[in-house]
Amino acid sequence: MIEIENLHKAFDGEEILKGINYTFEKSKTNLIIGGSGSGKSVLLKCMLGLLTPEKGTIKYDGKPYSEFTEDEKKDLSKQIGMIFQGGALFDSMTVEENVMFPLRMFTHRKKKKENLERVKEVLKRVNLEGSEKKLPSEISGGMQKRVSIARAIVNRPKYLFCDEPNSGLDPKTATVIDKLIQEITHEYDITTIIITHDMNSVLEIGEKIAFLKDGVLAWKGDKSQIFQTDDETVTDFVYSSNLFQKVREAQQKGL
Amino acid sequence: MNYLHSIGEYFLMLKGTFHRMTKASVLKGLIIKELDDLIIGSMGIVAFLSFFIGAVVALQTALNLNNPLIPKTLIAYAARQSIILEFAPTFISVIMAGKVGSYITSSIGSMNVTEQIDALEVMGINSLNYLIFPKIVAMLFYPFVIAISMFLGVFGAYVAAVLGGFVPPDLFIQGLQEDFIPFHLVYAFIKTFLFAFILATVPAYHGYYMKGGALEVGQASTTSFVWTSVVIIITNYAVTQLLLS
Ligand SMILES: Nc1ncnc2c1ncn2[C@@H]1O[C@H](COP(=O)(O)OP(=O)(O)OP(=O)(O)O)[C@@H](O)[C@H]1O
Ligand SMILES: [Mg+2]
Repeated sequence: MIEIENLHKAFDGEEILKGINYTFEKSKTNLIIGGSGSGKSVLLKCMLGLLTPEKGTIKYDGKPYSEFTEDEKKDLSKQIGMIFQGGALFDSMTVEENVMFPLRMFTHRKKKKENLERVKEVLKRVNLEGSEKKLPSEISGGMQKRVSIARAIVNRPKYLFCDEPNSGLDPKTATVIDKLIQEITHEYDITTIIITHDMNSVLEIGEKIAFLKDGVLAWKGDKSQIFQTDDETVTDFVYSSNLFQKVREAQQKGL
Repeated sequence: MNYLHSIGEYFLMLKGTFHRMTKASVLKGLIIKELDDLIIGSMGIVAFLSFFIGAVVALQTALNLNNPLIPKTLIAYAARQSIILEFAPTFISVIMAGKVGSYITSSIGSMNVTEQIDALEVMGINSLNYLIFPKIVAMLFYPFVIAISMFLGVFGAYVAAVLGGFVPPDLFIQGLQEDFIPFHLVYAFIKTFLFAFILATVPAYHGYYMKGGALEVGQASTTSFVWTSVVIIITNYAVTQLLLS
């Protein structure tokens, strides 16, 4: 569980996050949605300690991040998996080395064989067998995304952060990835936070949804609520896609 | 004000680099890779430049030596002094600011803009140590590059002067040994060590703290080359003033 309280973040005097309060629950897929530039990635980076907020608290399982000692921070980072918006694969390493990287950093060298087994297992889970020895520049964007997912989950994290995990994937793979993230979230009781633009993901795995607009939390709920709310800021965003517009019209006609 | 800020940031970066060390087994691999890229990879161009500049220095001295009162040994003497004191340590380092420096800036810079540095940090790795420390260690071997440069420079001078028929071999060797002050070598290698440190860290600073995208990586490399050369030249002046005057 991750709680954030009154979180503020500004760049050069321009406020990006204007006091966010929210709780991300354990064993659930917590979605953050919102328009481009609304501050979703900044929020995630604040939670990860990559950006320092001006004000506010971030609590990991009840304990404020600001009170963590260096050692505790290190332990925490072993329990975090992160899928970056652009993949952020190490481009001098092969697919296998990329996925192996967190294991190599945190486990003893003697465990090499077990680690290799584990890498094989996660690569299989994201459907990437056969590309182990390729460099990130030699595989497609969608494949890079999947390597990034494999790298994030290889350590069996307690907290999983995903910045648009399925953007740039074909609809079928996108659904597979969504399902995969949901599955491991339940399987290992992970606190999963997913930033997405994709209304299909909202429909599929929106167990908890926070809607961010201009740096404030404009709405929260779950997937059954989001398609029924009358809140205009939300409906504007949700029904901007034609497909969902049609679904709604159909619903209203009672079909 | 801005410069002061950058200088402060640079020293904070150095502090962060020698802090929270990465796992030794991982560092070892990184250092070997940097040795290959930074040191071995520079040998070819350094050898080429050194040989021909040495040759040209000898050739110029020989061609301008019209006064019969000046001994022919001067050709070797002048070549030795200019190569050991300035050409090998300083000029090669300025050239390396272009080669090694822009490589360091662009490799760290591109990791910066593609969030690879963030990815390291999220995994609890001190990215400064992970990225910069191996480069500093690899550059400890830079004096070997300069030693080879000195040797090849003098060899180039020998080839040009002796095979060019300007001076007989024994006179050249005699000139090489004339008035040799061993401290000059000490001085040259002290500054080489300083330049090695500058070559590893100033470009790293420019890559690590740059902001923007791919275009800015290119700009950062250029700025990095300018500043690395400036710092080398100023350091050279200061060290020479301090040690030789
Ligand atoms: N390091 C930074 N320095 C300055 N401004 C920044 C920085 N990072 C983000 N911003 C600004 O903060 C705002 C929010 O950015 P953010 O990346 O969080 O958007 P986002 O909601 O993730 O959008 P998208 O869906 O397009 O990824 C943007 O206006 C951006 O310009
Ligand atoms: Mg974003």
